[in-house]
Amino acid sequence: MTSPALATLLRQPTGRLDLLPYAALLDLSFELVGEELQLVMPFAETLIGSPGRLHGGSIGGLLELAGLLTVIAAQPEGEALPRVRPVTVTVDFMREGATQETRAVASITKLGRRVVNVHAQAWQGSRDKPIAAAHINFVLDWPER
Amino acid sequence: MSEFADQVSQFMGPFLGRVPHNKQLGLRFIANGSNWVELQLPYAPHLLVDPDHGIWASGPIITLMDTCVGMASMLTRGAFEPHATLDLRTDYVRSPKPQATVTARGECYRMTRQIAFVRGLAHDGDPADPIAHVTGTFMFAASKLAGGWQ
Repeated sequence: MTSPALATLLRQPTGRLDLLPYAALLDLSFELVGEELQLVMPFAETLIGSPGRLHGGSIGGLLELAGLLTVIAAQPEGEALPRVRPVTVTVDFMREGATQETRAVASITKLGRRVVNVHAQAWQGSRDKPIAAAHINFVLDWPER
Repeated sequence: MSEFADQVSQFMGPFLGRVPHNKQLGLRFIANGSNWVELQLPYAPHLLVDPDHGIWASGPIITLMDTCVGMASMLTRGAFEPHATLDLRTDYVRSPKPQATVTARGECYRMTRQIAFVRGLAHDGDPADPIAHVTGTFMFAASKLAGGWQ
């Protein structure tokens, strides 16, 4: 199962996210900055959607993964982990994604046992100038006891 | 179909292959009308977020749908004008079947001076049983409008 290995990985200060094939495709890694889990997406030509701009879908994908991993990291240690799946994902695009590194974080608005409401944000260079944000509702499927 | 829509039909397939991220994911052009576009995303292992459960990542579906409804906006605009996604909401109504090819159909249902309103769905074989619905908006630069646009 991916989740326990992921939960263990996310307790490290930094690491690559190759356990998740799509995260490996985007070349993602993470860094714990204080208590905050930051996802890092280095620039690559393959992320481009129109000349000189990142594809909105790659930014949306990064935001969703920031949310997913933040939800997994928030689960109590040692317990069986739920399967976490997004049910609704709403992405607002504020600025174009330039050809440079993008970072994303997520914060949990409400951590329920069945539903987790999350807000995620992505920026480049200056954190107070977000390029995109997402509101994501995740549903948790717990293994049967 | 309009002359522009015919022109877009010729252009769309090769264009998709030239957009690096669409090429990386393997997006394919299927068909279009005067205000709608159909694209496909064939299954590949690197599109998954959880290989143990065969769960797709959200990113590839967002990329597919954003591209699809973006093209539908351009078609409805009737011109190749720069535009940007303002927002896009995706509702995942069920999981795709394992290793399915995902088909997207998106349309622009309302065009104003600056904003295109779009909607679409993704399915894995039966459009009557979708896996996801999307709604969104795109911004066009009003200043770039040719005269006469209503």
